[in-house]
This record gives sequence, C-alpha cells and structure tokens, in this order.
Amino acid sequence: MASLISLRGLHFSYASGLDVLKGVDFELNAGDRVALTGSNGAGKSTLLRLINGLETPNSGEIHAFGAVRRQEKDFRDVRVRAGLVFQDPDDQLFCPTVAEDLAFGPLNLGKSSEEVGEIVGRTLELLRLEHLADRITHKLSGGQKRLVALATVMALEPEVLLLDEPTNDLDRDTKQHLISLLTELPQAMIIVSHNHHFLNRVATRQVELSDGVLMEQAA
Amino acid sequence: MTQVLGEVSQSWTVKNDQSRSEAFLKSLDPRVRLVSCVSFAFLISAMHDLGALTLALGIGLGLSLSSRLPLWTTIRKVIVVDSFIVVLMLTLPFTMPGETLFSVWGWDASKEGLYRAAEVGLKANAILFSLMGLVGIMEPSVLGHALYRLKVPAKLVHLFLFTVRYIDVFYKEYKTMRMAMKARGFVPRTNIHTLRSIGYLIGMMLVRSLERSDRIMEAMKCRGFDGRFHILNNMKIETRDRIFAGCAAAVILSLMAVEYF
Repeated sequence: MASLISLRGLHFSYASGLDVLKGVDFELNAGDRVALTGSNGAGKSTLLRLINGLETPNSGEIHAFGAVRRQEKDFRDVRVRAGLVFQDPDDQLFCPTVAEDLAFGPLNLGKSSEEVGEIVGRTLELLRLEHLADRITHKLSGGQKRLVALATVMALEPEVLLLDEPTNDLDRDTKQHLISLLTELPQAMIIVSHNHHFLNRVATRQVELSDGVLMEQAA
Repeated sequence: MTQVLGEVSQSWTVKNDQSRSEAFLKSLDPRVRLVSCVSFAFLISAMHDLGALTLALGIGLGLSLSSRLPLWTTIRKVIVVDSFIVVLMLTLPFTMPGETLFSVWGWDASKEGLYRAAEVGLKANAILFSLMGLVGIMEPSVLGHALYRLKVPAKLVHLFLFTVRYIDVFYKEYKTMRMAMKARGFVPRTNIHTLRSIGYLIGMMLVRSLERSDRIMEAMKCRGFDGRFHILNNMKIETRDRIFAGCAAAVILSLMAVEYF
C-alpha cells in the first residue's frame, strides 16, 4: 500500500537565511504513530507546517494522499485530510462556544446544519467532552482547551493527525486521558513532543530531526 | 470586555433558583431585547421633557431590577458613567448663558444650564439602566449572534466576536509581561527608562497580537476556511417575545405622548 504522506529531499530555510531542513526524507504509512523528536529549533514544527502547506519548501517534493502537492490550492485538500493541532490552543479556538468551534471546520466543508450537528455530537462523544459543548471557549482550563482543540480538528474527520506538543500544560490525569484517546484512534499521526514517557506510550515509531536531516530511531 | 459583559449573567440574590422576572427577561429572544433597547435609547436621546425623562429612568431602573443584576458590579458601572455626569452637572450651569439662578465667587449659574445638566443626567442613566437590564445580561456571543441575525454586516459581527474572544488573551499576556517586569524590579517612575520600557511593552503586545492573528488565520485555513463565515444559530420568536415587543412599543408610544402632547 502506498504511504499516506511521503517527503523527498525537503530543504527549507527561514527568512533569516538559516537552513533548518537539509534534505528530509520521510514516509508516513497508515496506522503509524510517529514520534518526532529533536532539540529546540531543530525544525519539528516547521516540518508539520510544510506538510500542511503553511510553509513552502525551497526544494524537494511533498506527496500526500496519492498526489504531488506544490501550490496553495493543492494543499487546501491536504489541510483537511491531515489535521494539524497547534501548539497553543488559544490560536485554534476562536469561536464563542465549544460546539461552534467544532462546527467551524465541517461548515467550511459545506456540510448541512444537520450533518454538522451530528458530527459535533459524535466528535464530542468520541473524545468524552460532551459536558463542554456549550461552554465558552476562553473560559476553559488549559487542559480542556487542549482537548477541545484536538476535537476541532477531529471534527474534520482527518486521515492523518499532526500534533504539535500536545502534552504542554496537561496534568497527569488529562495526559493519561490523551494517551488512551490517541492509542484508540485509527488515524496515522505525527507527534512532536519532548515528553518521552508520553511518546513511549503512544508512538509506534520514532524519528529524530538533527542537523537538518531525519533519522529513524530503533524502537 | 469580558469584565464588562461576561460576568453579568450571574445573579446576586439567587444562585440557581432564578426568580421569575429574571427568567422571563432572559428567556426572551435576544433580538427582541436588542431592538427594544435600541429604540428606547434612540427615543430617550431625542426627548427633552424632564417629566418624560424621569418616567424613562423609572422604566430603565425597573428593567435593571427585574433582571437582578449583580449589585456591586452594577454600582461600579453606574459610578463610572455618573462621575462623568457629575462633571457636567458642575460645569454646565456656569458655561451656558441664561437666567442667573445663583452665583459662586462671581461665577453665574444659569437656570438653563442646570436644566440641561439634569436632562443629560436623566438621559444617560435611563439608557444605561435599560441597556444593563436588557442587553447586559446577554453573553457576548449571544449578542453577536443576535446582531448577525438582525442583518448587521457579518464582518462587524466577527470583529466583535474576535474582540471578545481575544481581549482576555491579550490582557493575560499584558499581565504576564508586567509581572515579569516587576519581578526584575521595575517600578514606573517619571523618567526615560520607564517611558522606554512601557514603549517596549506596548510594542511587544502589538508584535505578539500580529503574530497571533497570523497563527489564528493559519489554524482557520487548516480547517478549510475560505473567507466565508458560517454561523450556527437557533433563535426563534415565540409568543412571549411578541408580547414583550408589544409592551415595549406601547411604552415607547406613551413616552412619546408624554413628551410631545
């Protein structure tokens, strides 16, 4: 079976001229839960942003879901199918209530109100967040915000999840909750994190970004 | 903003067991409340008759009382508005020409000025109390939706909703930075160092908000945003809304009658 996402010889440098990725090769297959590690500033978040087309590589190729993706319009479809959960949930949650935030994605995809209502209900149930549906997003606790941010992406029913530091400011119980959720989900995912305990529990593969290249780590 | 609008939805007398009038005002369709309140405010601002204005203030107070606003926050808000009115009360009689009523150290206070000051004070308070009673008890998000349903341009509504959503985040960022400054021994004084540091603080706030807005835009794009907003809503006009709208219209008409006949 062809891989969901494959990156070939990806080069990227910041506007400041600093080369951060120097020929990254990577394959994501169905069912993979890949831990992406590396020191601060190694370019882990940048790699996720490249996959989603939020940054453009200097050279190299991005294959996603059976096609080469080059321009902005190629990536519109990728962004929905490879859902990116941002580092700061306050960036992701901008609607007044949780239910509305979950509805934002599906509504953009042109779904009808009934369908959207159903998706919102189903997603909240899946992540066991039904009790938060009518809460005001900015009044949630840090941990709740993080789970709701994940839910807003799950509401798109993506095939791949890209998680950027999902365990930041989570207490132990919420972290446990997140671990059991992620291991139950069928989606392939790439998880950027510094939390090794968390990664060991969730990931099926581990890759490390260092000196601009990606190295597969022995399990 | 959240301090101004957000917490008002809690009652100061009964916690869970809502009184009937409060429940009634809250159960009304937000659009009906908004339209009644705005038309009431427009009418009041056009009135000059002190008797009619006193009546209007009474109605405003009645609305505020029946929506059971939290006592202390309400008093604080009223003081903010009325401190401005007090300044007017003190200056208007001495600045408006007219029949002299009394004089202080050679300054003549005019009857017209006093009259005008009373008029402004009554107007401001009547509008303030009806606004707090009808619109102040709404969650900002509900207010946003009501505006949208009333055909206020979607861009303005979203500007309002985004402001409500992020003002808290920016306030927190500001507090964190101020705390960090304090932790390194910063005390505001009248010197260049203070001005420069406050300048850096404001500059950093601007940079951070710009960066945050970029990230929010990206997060929205990642969820298929294409420039159009879709709003979920489920507002319905019911019998009690019609009754309230009718009463509001009757009140407005009778106020006009007092004013003009």
